[in-house]
Amino acid sequence: MSVDQATVRRIAHLARIAVTEEEVPHLQGELNAILDFVEQLNEVDVSGVEPMTSVTPMVMKKRQDEVTDGGIADVIVGNAPMTEDHYFMVPKVVE
Amino acid sequence: MTDLTDLTLAEARDALKAKKASSAEITGAFLQAMEAARGLNAYVLETPEQALAMAKASDERLAKGQGGPLEGLPLGIKDLYATKGVRTTACSNILGNFVPGYESTVTSQLWRDGAVMLGKLNNDEFAMGSSNETSAFGPVKSPWRREGSNAALVPGGSSGGSSAAVAARLCLGATATDTGGSIRQPAAFTGTVGIKPTYGRCSRWGIVAFASSLDQAGPIARTVRDNAILLRSMAGHDPKDTTSVDMPVPDYEAAVGRSIKGMKIGIPKEYRVDGMPAEIEALWHKGAEWLRAAGAEIVEVSLPHTKYALPAYYIVAPAEASSNLARYDGVRYGVRVPGKDIVEMYEKTRAAGFGKEVRRRVMIGTYVLSAGYYDAYYVKAQKIRTLIKRDFEQVYAQGVHAILTPATPSAAFGVGEKGGADPVEMYLNDVFTVTVNMAGLPGIAVPAGMSSDGLPLGLQLIGRPFDEETLFSAGEVIEQAAGRTKLPDPWW
Repeated sequence: MSVDQATVRRIAHLARIAVTEEEVPHLQGELNAILDFVEQLNEVDVSGVEPMTSVTPMVMKKRQDEVTDGGIADVIVGNAPMTEDHYFMVPKVVE
Repeated sequence: MTDLTDLTLAEARDALKAKKASSAEITGAFLQAMEAARGLNAYVLETPEQALAMAKASDERLAKGQGGPLEGLPLGIKDLYATKGVRTTACSNILGNFVPGYESTVTSQLWRDGAVMLGKLNNDEFAMGSSNETSAFGPVKSPWRREGSNAALVPGGSSGGSSAAVAARLCLGATATDTGGSIRQPAAFTGTVGIKPTYGRCSRWGIVAFASSLDQAGPIARTVRDNAILLRSMAGHDPKDTTSVDMPVPDYEAAVGRSIKGMKIGIPKEYRVDGMPAEIEALWHKGAEWLRAAGAEIVEVSLPHTKYALPAYYIVAPAEASSNLARYDGVRYGVRVPGKDIVEMYEKTRAAGFGKEVRRRVMIGTYVLSAGYYDAYYVKAQKIRTLIKRDFEQVYAQGVHAILTPATPSAAFGVGEKGGADPVEMYLNDVFTVTVNMAGLPGIAVPAGMSSDGLPLGLQLIGRPFDEETLFSAGEVIEQAAGRTKLPDPWW
């Protein structure tokens, strides 16, 4: 399988990465090189094989549903580019 | 006494215990060496004040006969590890001047045991690379050069700052991480030792995530023994990482020097790849002979799905990365580029913040997870991962204790030499190491000889799950037989 330029633009949008028109052909070449490389997986018969979900067999650990941390709003917003009263500020999303 | 920076971590520990040196002296010697070696670009942030304060506190504890297993020993920390109050960037512009309000579990255990932090080490951006050339801080130069040449070589990647700093004697040891070979390949390129432990052995909490089902923390240091000492402090159960394993941490150092008599070491025929340089093949033979001479039985084994590990990895790892890196959106931390609405803000922020290799991998990951392609790519790759793991299980079920392979397909290459036109050219560096991540196994890279142009070459030992001890025992046999690598004289 290979991607065309429209697909490159669609993937970039899904990934939320702006790409310029000049970058599209180059990205198309790079992505197709990787897709060509992984094409060889089609040689392998995987019928009846379970996909891996956990590399080390283990039971998912659980803990009590209780507060273990908190009261550190200053620390949490400390690295944000824009904040007000412990809120993260973003451009308006609802009219 | 010889130059303090020439000591191994174990020698420095013993010198501190015997009061032949102080942590302040050793730390001071490394801070001086770091300043003189800035041209290598191994450190992206030096923390001399913190280092000296930690060293002073260690000296006070040592004077009272107290102190942990790493008391007073100065280390470098890969910039993927969150360090409280100290800038952590994963060497990406998108994190900007991120200063964590928390400490990664692994580094907090190092400080608990008395270690001293010298600074943060360079790496490929988000650990995506095999040469340390994708870092937003620029490439690291290896302290190694080819005989009779001044051309700059790569220290490997992604833990290239770690490997270069250890080889150039800018720290006693370093933390590193390994998703597809990022500890073992740089160790092999620089004549140092690095171990990727079993998945789950070290907590991933507080380490910037790349591909969560493959990432593991581990050390790079100058000897097998130094690795064993560091791993004991780094490993252990952490309730904050649900994939960390609740098993006791053995005294790994006790395994160094233990006999390997009667052990079965497998040689996988599928690692004899087309176009493998004769000197790599010869090194591999020599390694097997050394282990045989130490009493091990050498057996040929088969891992039939080996060749599919790398292509499957280039589906699984980008897929997980595209999900993990979705958090870099310009809202909660890092840089923000304004846009006319929130989507444009995301798109511009991520375009400005991610480097080329990261963008490429996020896009591939997005594609293979997108509607209509998920089964053909992602599910298929995870099925192949099951087959790769089964190959290893079958070999271990035959009584094999560990598997010997080359660590890399070649010695270190030049800065700017690979991956310019085709990204896959760079990916092929990890052909011998990536299988280990796909199967979640432990693997160690040990220097075993030199290339014809005077560069270090390494061998890899792959172990059974949670049997790092056998790797330390067998790794030390290779280290002893090969003789300690003479590290390059400072030209920098």
